[in-house]
Amino acid sequence: MSSLAESSLYQLTSTRFRLFLREPEALFWVFIFPILLAVGLGIAFRNRPADVLQVGATSPQLMQALNCDKGLSAALMDEAQGTHELATGRIVLLAINKGGAVAYKYDDTNPDARLARLLADRAVQKAAGQKEARQFSNDLVHETGARYIDFVVPGLLGMNLMGSAIWGLGFSIVEARQKKLLKRFVASPMPRWQYLASFLLSRLALLVIEVLAFLGFARLVFGVPFRGSLWELGGLCVLTSLSFSALGLLIASRAKTMEAASGLMNLAMLPMWILSGVFFSATRFPALIQPVVRALPLTAAIDALRGNMLQGMSLSQLGAPMAVLAAWLVVPFLISLRIFRWR
Amino acid sequence: MRGRNHLSGTSPEPRSLLTDDSDGHALSLSGLKKAFADVVAVDGIDLEVERGECFGLLGPNGAGKTTTIEICEGLTIPDAGSVTLLGLDWKTSAAELRQRIGVQLQETQFPEKLTVEEILRLFRSFFRRGTAVEETIRMAQLEEKRRARIGTLSGGQKQRLAMACALVGDPDLLFLDEPTTGLDPQARRHLWDLVDQLRSAGRTIILTTHYMDEAERLCDRVAIMDHGRIIALGTPQQLIASVGGDHVVEFAIGADAEKNLVDARKLTAIPGVRSHRVDAGQHQLSVVELHTTVPRIFSALAEMGLKPSEFRTHSATLEDVFVGLTGRNLRDE
Repeated sequence: MSSLAESSLYQLTSTRFRLFLREPEALFWVFIFPILLAVGLGIAFRNRPADVLQVGATSPQLMQALNCDKGLSAALMDEAQGTHELATGRIVLLAINKGGAVAYKYDDTNPDARLARLLADRAVQKAAGQKEARQFSNDLVHETGARYIDFVVPGLLGMNLMGSAIWGLGFSIVEARQKKLLKRFVASPMPRWQYLASFLLSRLALLVIEVLAFLGFARLVFGVPFRGSLWELGGLCVLTSLSFSALGLLIASRAKTMEAASGLMNLAMLPMWILSGVFFSATRFPALIQPVVRALPLTAAIDALRGNMLQGMSLSQLGAPMAVLAAWLVVPFLISLRIFRWR
Repeated sequence: MRGRNHLSGTSPEPRSLLTDDSDGHALSLSGLKKAFADVVAVDGIDLEVERGECFGLLGPNGAGKTTTIEICEGLTIPDAGSVTLLGLDWKTSAAELRQRIGVQLQETQFPEKLTVEEILRLFRSFFRRGTAVEETIRMAQLEEKRRARIGTLSGGQKQRLAMACALVGDPDLLFLDEPTTGLDPQARRHLWDLVDQLRSAGRTIILTTHYMDEAERLCDRVAIMDHGRIIALGTPQQLIASVGGDHVVEFAIGADAEKNLVDARKLTAIPGVRSHRVDAGQHQLSVVELHTTVPRIFSALAEMGLKPSEFRTHSATLEDVFVGLTGRNLRDE
């Protein structure tokens, strides 16, 4: 058996790969879903340019004065029409010319309307010749890396690495056990370590595609920053994926039915979805449970990924989360080797 | 030497010298016992299977056939007793044995989204030497399905694929666990033809079945199992002869009032009648010399004032052997 294509490790790995690619649902969850989630969150939490407030004015001079402020967009209308527009929310404020005076009609419980009132009055006073009492300048800050999307992309990446490793290993192994395929393999001369290794190898191959697709999308569409070394980021992804693969293996090592496996997987993943800081910082949880939160592999993974991507930290600065991940790799793997049920 | 050069495919190396210990048995079991929790599945089995033999373990579900065959396959560790295959022991030569046996298990479901060719190529990769994938596909008559996904195969085709996976390592010893259970009659016959070919090619085959016609048709020798023990062992002809009659006469008495009037002693006193038993209202007599015995049975019934509502005869089968030994029908289980 000299050629690679005839070796059992190659055959097992390529079989895994084929089975994954022939499963449309798996493709969706691994490749499409994280991107959809990123798009959804990106849209919901996008940093909008300062809004322009719609206002109404009853005279052309007044309209002109209001339009001088960049924050306002004024339209000319009579008082009756303006009142109607106010009531339907199309404008937030109506400036009524009353001879020399100006009356502002607005709802003072609406923050936008209160802002419009301030801007409108400033514009009107300025047009009437009022001068600023003090000089000032504006220094605007729109930094990438401080946005919500920048925060959430490493979180989603960690969550996706966890999901694909645990589901990928757990389901395939338990399904093979339930369908007596594991037993059939054990009855053949297949080296058992190669069966488990084929999962890790196919996982790593898929990881490359998965991470490139997701991070490439985040970079191109949202301009998410990569401040740390890309090689080190790749290394962190591999470590994360292997840790969760070991956890998936542990979950799958004895379960006999898909239902049991499914329950165990949710039991393992649900606390991490909530506690590990995918969508908001894990530091928000009370100090009492912080040791637990810190010890979770997903917390460690996301901390490390954020450290690399957002803060440009090197691996040597990420020792603590990497140690947590390594522990989650070694311990479950050793336990599952001991308790794995082949039939 | 074993009449199957046409199957040797791509194995240029000569077979291991161990295969040539022709005086050894293909399989030898002694004092085999296995219990699961408090259920005794195998209760002391001694058995020897010769090379080139097609050997059948016949018995109802729960008789311990599958446990026995899985102990032979090295999948289950017996509580007591010894297993020797091809002169080797599972404890010391597991890796060597795995290379040299072919196994088809009950209810293995191969991944539906793989093709016939892919799964065979996978299994072929586990064996150091064996038969080419194309050759195995041809043997299992799956040429047309070579690129079909396993999910699209019929029950019979799936079973032939399972057999192909067992054959792809060119095994010295082939284990088939209930190869035709759940198949329609045509698919069963198709699979029987395949086993016939393997037999005539000189392979050693050990199969389990709960179909007596299958055991009769396929096996050189049969062990009948019940409650974890072998209760009869021999060629199908020997076993059938042991029932004491070549034929079985069955009759039933229609009228309820007359059912208790059948006198078994008078029936067994008839020359040519070897035994009598009743099962669900059916009287079964094991008889020889049908042409002279049947008229005597009719007249004996007439003397008792009875009129049979049904009356038929058939040649004795392994089913009758089982019924004779256990008082139960195989198919009842």
